[in-house]
Amino acid sequence: MYLHRDPGPERTMRRMVVLALALLAACGPDRSRAPEGDRTAAGHVGAGDGTTLTGAGATFPNPIYSRWFDAYARQTGVRINYQSIGSGGGIRQYTAGTVDFGASDGPMTDEQIAAVHGDVLHIPTVLGAVVLTYNLPALGGTHLRLDGPTIADIFLGRLTRWNDSRIATLNPGVKLPATEILVAHRSDGSGTTYIFTDFLSKVSPEWKRQVGSATSVRWPVGLGGKGNEGVTQAVKQTDGAVGYVELIYAVSNHLACADVRNAAGSFVTPSLASVTAAAAAAHLTDDTDFRVSITDPPGTDAYPIASFTWLLVHRQPRDSAKASALHGFLVWMLTPQAQSVAKELQYAPLPDDVVKLVRSRLATTGG
Amino acid sequence: MASTVTTPAGRARGTLRASLAEQRGSRGDLVFRAVLTIAAAAVPALLAVLLMELVRGSELAISRFGLRFITDSIWDPVAERFGAWPLLAGTLLSSLLALCIAVPLSLGVAIYLTEFAPRAVRQPVAFVIQLLAAIPSVVYGLWGIFVLIPLLRTTLFPLLRGALGFLPLFQGPIYGPSMLTAGIILAIMVMPYIISVSREVLLAVPGSQREAALGLGATRWEAVRTAILPYARSGLIGAVILGLGRALGETMAVTMVIGNRNDVSASLFAPGYTMAAAIANEFSEAVKDIHLSALAYVALLLFVVTVLVNAGARLLIWRVARGAGAGSGAL
Repeated sequence: MYLHRDPGPERTMRRMVVLALALLAACGPDRSRAPEGDRTAAGHVGAGDGTTLTGAGATFPNPIYSRWFDAYARQTGVRINYQSIGSGGGIRQYTAGTVDFGASDGPMTDEQIAAVHGDVLHIPTVLGAVVLTYNLPALGGTHLRLDGPTIADIFLGRLTRWNDSRIATLNPGVKLPATEILVAHRSDGSGTTYIFTDFLSKVSPEWKRQVGSATSVRWPVGLGGKGNEGVTQAVKQTDGAVGYVELIYAVSNHLACADVRNAAGSFVTPSLASVTAAAAAAHLTDDTDFRVSITDPPGTDAYPIASFTWLLVHRQPRDSAKASALHGFLVWMLTPQAQSVAKELQYAPLPDDVVKLVRSRLATTGG
Repeated sequence: MASTVTTPAGRARGTLRASLAEQRGSRGDLVFRAVLTIAAAAVPALLAVLLMELVRGSELAISRFGLRFITDSIWDPVAERFGAWPLLAGTLLSSLLALCIAVPLSLGVAIYLTEFAPRAVRQPVAFVIQLLAAIPSVVYGLWGIFVLIPLLRTTLFPLLRGALGFLPLFQGPIYGPSMLTAGIILAIMVMPYIISVSREVLLAVPGSQREAALGLGATRWEAVRTAILPYARSGLIGAVILGLGRALGETMAVTMVIGNRNDVSASLFAPGYTMAAAIANEFSEAVKDIHLSALAYVALLLFVVTVLVNAGARLLIWRVARGAGAGSGAL
């Protein structure tokens, strides 16, 4: 590309990890023998040795993808190189045909799909979620409770103090301080921002009209922090600050998270289980193209700010050896064993009926 | 052999041999010359390709927004409306702040190191300063987030607001990440460059200048002021320009501490944004063509600003150098 970019610290670290993993995989002694893989991948290993696939896209699922690709290479000998260059870059490279598959945190638009040579299949892999983190020492261990319209008005700059009556009625019995609300948001384009603004657009007509949803938007108020760590620092350092970060980041850094009221009216604490519940509650139809937004779903125990992240593959791929290798990986990725690795890395796994649906879709395409 | 060189005949033979050697070596010289020419041509060629790519990439945004892009201050990827005024202003302001802080300090350090410091101190300090230049900017950025911001918001910023709060520059709420924070981080980052170059320039001032001033009864301070600084003036400006160039293009550390707010504010405590930071932030996730093109347009703008600043600096050095010549003539 023609612009010089400084890779973020997080991304640099990830790249180094990926590089290290790639080196390990290359040095591994038993790449040629794949006894386990033959059994687990159920006959899809045929494409086997020497096949190399390339993919590019989202940074958010990069840790789990690297782990999966590494494990899959050990089992089957199929090497998958993944560059986490961001969803936008992933979609562009996939459209240009320079990679075998793309990856994105947001679904492609109809226009973008029309630009692709051939048909695009969105394959959901894991789930991401966004949590609200805040700095209100007065609350102690109590979880702050918020609902969609209130969150939208805070981020629109309409609610300026924590003891506002609208926040107070959501938190009965909690003594809220009179401190000013400072909003912190992501300054870098990110899937996290996409999920969050998608949710706000659904619950607040005013947000939809004034701001809308995208990987970066025009924020009415607040400070922009670079990456999850930038937002977290802005929140930690200011009394009365509120910001949004990835669930995984919040969990691994033990950040205070707000319970959010969902469409069914119950306040839900963000967790892997409540995020998977959100996907289950979305009730995909049998003919879905998986490009569905699952923010603000109906279920009672569903956490409302969640989303799939997708792999973008061709429905009728050109290179059949590569196609069957990719198909083999996708089938393997849906096995309980692979999905449990996701859980280990704090990604919410797909609910069972979505796994079933993806599997039946894969059976009818490619490979 | 050596003894024959002294005779006239021997001298002639020596000359002949030298010219023969020249002829034999001429092919090597040609190759060497060609390699050097290619190496030298590669730099302007690279610049030309870069410019071409930037123009090509920003074509869509240029045709859609034209020059209004520079004055418009709305940046809205959802509504596909892009304007770069806050970015442009932020880049210039943060760099200006950085120079205001860094130049006096750097010149002070350089003068101390060349004129006043004990010999045992000079080399080690100069070495440490050069080491500072090698620290990656992301490290400066992290240090800014974790150390500098908490420190500034509890000490310097309230102090400034208390003492100079009547100026619009120092009013408004203090968040921590701000234009001033970015200026301070940038100042710290460009200081090693300015100090190193200034030190070399001051070292190059002939001893006779110094001795002449001292011989006329000047104190050391007067010698620095009247003899050494005027002599080194154009080189010192060059050092400052090098620092400015670095400040204009600095990305990572700035985006981590500036607050990334697309706004122009009178207060230095308010968050701001810069061109380089916006590109770094949004490039990887820019999905729409027009968004990407607008970012390329910003890059083109940054390129133009850098060229203008450097051209201005050249002009300044040229005029100052002539002024210095006249001054030294009068001395």
